[in-house]
Amino acid sequence: MTQTNGVNGSTDNFSIETRNLNIFYGNFKAISNVNLKVQRQKITAIIGPSGCGKSTLLRAFNRMNDFVNGARVEGEILMQGQNLYAAHVDPVEVRRRIGMVFQKPNPFPKTIYENIAWGARINGFRGSKTEMDELVERSLNHAALWEEVKDKLKQSAYALSGGQQQRLCIARTIAIQPDIILMDEPCSALDPIATLKIEELMRELVKDYTIIIVTHNMQQAARVSDFTSMMMLTDDRRSGTVIEVGPTNDIFTRPKDKRTEDYVTGRFG
Amino acid sequence: MKTPSGFPDGPALHAVVRGRNLTGRIWQYVFLLATSVGIISLSALLYNILDSTYGLMAYEFNVDPATVSDRPLEELSRDELTVILQANISKGAFNKLEEERPFTQRSREDVYELIMERVVKLKVIETYPLTDSLFRRAAIEAEVAQDYPDAQLTFRAWLKPDFITAPMSSKAEFAGVRTAILGSLWLISITIAIALPIGVGAAIYLQEYAKDSFLNRLIQMNINNLAGVPSIVYGMLGLVLFVRALAPLTSGAIFGVTDSNGRTILSAGLTMALLILPLIIISAQEAIKAVPDSLRQAGYGLGATKWQTIWSHVLPNALPGILTASILAISRAIGETAPLIVVGASTFIAVDPSGPFSKFTALPIQIYQWTSRAQSEFHNIAAAAIIVLLVLLLSLNTTAILLRNRFSRKLY
Repeated sequence: MTQTNGVNGSTDNFSIETRNLNIFYGNFKAISNVNLKVQRQKITAIIGPSGCGKSTLLRAFNRMNDFVNGARVEGEILMQGQNLYAAHVDPVEVRRRIGMVFQKPNPFPKTIYENIAWGARINGFRGSKTEMDELVERSLNHAALWEEVKDKLKQSAYALSGGQQQRLCIARTIAIQPDIILMDEPCSALDPIATLKIEELMRELVKDYTIIIVTHNMQQAARVSDFTSMMMLTDDRRSGTVIEVGPTNDIFTRPKDKRTEDYVTGRFG
Repeated sequence: MKTPSGFPDGPALHAVVRGRNLTGRIWQYVFLLATSVGIISLSALLYNILDSTYGLMAYEFNVDPATVSDRPLEELSRDELTVILQANISKGAFNKLEEERPFTQRSREDVYELIMERVVKLKVIETYPLTDSLFRRAAIEAEVAQDYPDAQLTFRAWLKPDFITAPMSSKAEFAGVRTAILGSLWLISITIAIALPIGVGAAIYLQEYAKDSFLNRLIQMNINNLAGVPSIVYGMLGLVLFVRALAPLTSGAIFGVTDSNGRTILSAGLTMALLILPLIIISAQEAIKAVPDSLRQAGYGLGATKWQTIWSHVLPNALPGILTASILAISRAIGETAPLIVVGASTFIAVDPSGPFSKFTALPIQIYQWTSRAQSEFHNIAAAAIIVLLVLLLSLNTTAILLRNRFSRKLY
């Protein structure tokens, strides 16, 4: 089965792409034959019903699946022409280039300042105290959190609200200046107002970063993303695959695939 | 709305709910009873110990101290005491003592003790527990006056500052636990210094690095079982391995120590470390397991290596749990007697341990040895030593708990 890519353009516009990607958990094939191209400095949403492998696909991009016992990847994920799953590629380097924001806010049980400085420090940031202070301020500013926390940088990150914690996690991710940010349902644990803030922030961030977001919330995908890729279980209902990719507007207003249409209009059964 | 059939309704519902609540209350009382039994047993134990620690003591002198000196002995200086000693024992005996150690070099307490031992010859006839001493004093006085007309009766606190600072003595009235306390402290320090790093290291490996292979499962199973092996077996292992096979190391011979064999603090500490190692590994593993996976993911997601994640996030978060583990391990090691007997703790030692290659004794050994004596006054000092042991244990645990609380506070 081959995919049709709704996205056209020169390879230069693509930040990352998968080629014939299959992911297995032991003998179970979770993702089957995904060919997805992700546009540079755009937000690409991955939508689809529960259990179709959205998170598995997302976590394949920064090799987080390496930690799952028995997980195996076939095919390629290419970033600047380099296969991330080539034998000589160190997953640590991949994760340093491709940051990740998780479903539940997971700040470190440290101060707000340390939450951001730690990632920079372990990645070899060699700046003076002032430069580190600047980096922290810039990152928090960029994540639209600076005004709220500038007076309590030395306080525990656990004292922040859920939405603030999630923005702190985003600030922490952009502090190390990755190329791509992966977001795994970043708003599913947040209230609508906090969700809105994160969405506004994403529109801001996409000026500098490529963002791939997994979401259950179709309104969110419609509001925030430039491109949408629709995932669905294969016909034999064994493993998930991407059935349609395109500009978000097209996917939601004139989907080519009947299954996409059923899903986005709420007729999915 | 109609109640679905099959469910009780109306008065029947009330009855059913009342019945269920009653069952709950009965269980609550059963659990309360279980707790009470525990508390009562503990109180009985404490009462029993305290009862023996203070009380009346009937004793008599060979020579009344009032007759050897016109002033109370307690007020005399060393030289005055020496004169009295010289006047009351044979010349040969005095010279022998002088030969052992010149009197000019002896302490005042030393000479005082010699007088009590050689001249006054205080003899404890009978001791009475605290409760009897308080409530049956008249009866005891009458009994002593009738059975031992020469005896005097005095209220004696067996646990007193002297008891903690005095070294071992063959006379219960002079015996103290200083050497035993120092021995126990040395032992615990060596045990913790060895078992904690190795145990935590093994726990990190097993929990964070080891793959789920047959070999690793086998190792894990073995560690779990080792935690339940009787301590005397560890004593045997310590005897064969540390006392005998590694004698050059444990006796300090390779470090130039000549006056000892393998029965040293080091051997005992190593044995004890082996004993608590499984305990520490298992508890540290639990503590590491309890660190939320989201923290590891956050670390990896930022491009951290495995070690950076473990060092910065897993270990600090597991530290309170690891400290709790070491509290349990200390408690186990400090009260352990059987392996110490096997690896050869001395039961009578009057000199303080001076280092890892010293012969030693420990509090539980002292207690064990004293309780096995026939004379009742030794049972009293055993009780006093038990209290010292409990206080030592509590203070070590308090230190660990304070440390733990400090670390937990720093995290959040």
